[in-house]
Amino acid sequence: MARIGVLIETNENSVKPANFGVLTAARGAGNEICAFVLEGDATAFQDDLKTYGVSKVIAVGSNDGDFSKKPDLQAASLVAAMKNFEITALLALSSSRGKDLLARMAAATNSGLGLDCIGVDLEAGTCVKTYFAGKTEATLKLSGDLFLCAIRPNAIEETEAPCDIAAEAFTADAADDGKLVIKEVKTSDSGKVDLSEANVIVTGGRPIGSKDNFSILEECANAMGGAVGASRVAVDSGFASHAMQVGQTGKIVSPKLYIGCGLSGSVQHFAGMKTSKVIVAINNDKDAPIFTKCDYGIVGDLFEVVPALTAALKK
Amino acid sequence: MRVYVCVKHVPDTAANIKVVGGSGFDESVKFIVNPYDEYAIGEASQLVKKEGGEVVIVTLGKASAMTTVRAALAIGGDRGILIKTDKQFVESDETALILKKAIEDDGGADMIFAGKQAADSEGMQTCYRLAANLGMPVATEVVGFSYAGGKVVVEREIGGGEREVIEMTAPCVVGATKGLNEVRYPKLPDIMKAKKKPVNEIDAGSLKVDAAGLVELVALEQVPERSNAKMLEGSVTEAVDTLVKLLRDEAKVLE
Repeated sequence: MARIGVLIETNENSVKPANFGVLTAARGAGNEICAFVLEGDATAFQDDLKTYGVSKVIAVGSNDGDFSKKPDLQAASLVAAMKNFEITALLALSSSRGKDLLARMAAATNSGLGLDCIGVDLEAGTCVKTYFAGKTEATLKLSGDLFLCAIRPNAIEETEAPCDIAAEAFTADAADDGKLVIKEVKTSDSGKVDLSEANVIVTGGRPIGSKDNFSILEECANAMGGAVGASRVAVDSGFASHAMQVGQTGKIVSPKLYIGCGLSGSVQHFAGMKTSKVIVAINNDKDAPIFTKCDYGIVGDLFEVVPALTAALKK
Repeated sequence: MRVYVCVKHVPDTAANIKVVGGSGFDESVKFIVNPYDEYAIGEASQLVKKEGGEVVIVTLGKASAMTTVRAALAIGGDRGILIKTDKQFVESDETALILKKAIEDDGGADMIFAGKQAADSEGMQTCYRLAANLGMPVATEVVGFSYAGGKVVVEREIGGGEREVIEMTAPCVVGATKGLNEVRYPKLPDIMKAKKKPVNEIDAGSLKVDAAGLVELVALEQVPERSNAKMLEGSVTEAVDTLVKLLRDEAKVLE
């Protein structure tokens, strides 16, 4: 039994559901969990967190003022919090923000760091992540001041473990050097599910043919509460934005269900979605390589199959 | 200004990787410029075109990585530094110390670019460690860059269609990703010219860095592909009905 820290990603006053798998990983065989939040009041998150075995939630702030626009100050404050609460291992969600903060903490201290991990063994001090874009898996042993590990969203199945929870605030003695500040956050596609945290993803490849045709994928994804992705070719052809790209040079995703429509199944695309729980392929070419590495396949024209699937889901 | 671009020599992303000896791989595959580093080279070249100065490609790798230094110089860059080691996987802590020493010995940076991650070991942290070693600010996953009057403004994608706009003081470290610019594929004259550009070769050992060894690769294992897909036959309606039933009852991924 050890005391493990988990950095929680919040969305206003709620805990993003993608954190629950990270909490499950941190709990292991019964570790004591301290959750850290960087915005809002700790009590606001108590109910969400106690269901997953968090015994203490700590709202971290700094005595150098508001740090919401200063990631280096957030990282320094978290380092101070680790020391204060005697925590030597911190897990986080491997989102853009989670990866960024853990990397800043690792660089500022002398700590081993694993990002985008698909497994962790806190007793052994190891984590597992992909090398070569999912073609291989590497086990890394981390050492140094802190054990820092960010877990790929959906990589670890969440299980509940209700317990009692306490909330408190911690003000870190940390200062910012003023060299980096977030000026604004631009929203281009408001309200869309973050691809890497979606449970279901429906992706379109080159045969989708145009930006407008993506609407049939959106309708299908909406029927399952999912998000829409795109292949590299679809993005490079201007059918979709880069934020929607799944694959080696796009997003790495690990949903419960991945439906590839008109995808050939390139190595680089699989690099981005190989750890999905279930992969479905829809393609009119029966010889497409994707059919040799999926779970369920339908040979057919995506413009017929996808709307039929949407209709079947709504039945 | 003197702009450094850190470039890694990595196996082609389309190559089959065969694990050898528990923590290594068969290196007789084609190697390329790390894909994310291409965006870094492009942005550094544009910056120097505007502000004047030189672009220096810095690579830590085996002697064979010279092909990648030349390929990088063909995309953009005035000269190169190849820091030779005998390992493909040098952990990020050591890499960042070696890069810092090599850059400082060469005269010091006004700006540093790199890819946001290496396509082989996917560590995603060398930019951060290098920046911390040099006392510079850092931002990665950068898809937009501008420089004016000693200030750098970058945009980074943070998921859900959102982008952070970040202002940093220069010099700083920028970790590039796709979307930052269009990769310019070198033409034959660029490749010929790159062969004549000066490349300084040094041994990593001669830099005498003292790394703590924070990350140790214990094991590397092959991930098997899925096989035996269930192909759903019949009319379109029959096939999708079967699929929905299987996703609900067999795979249990739908409610």
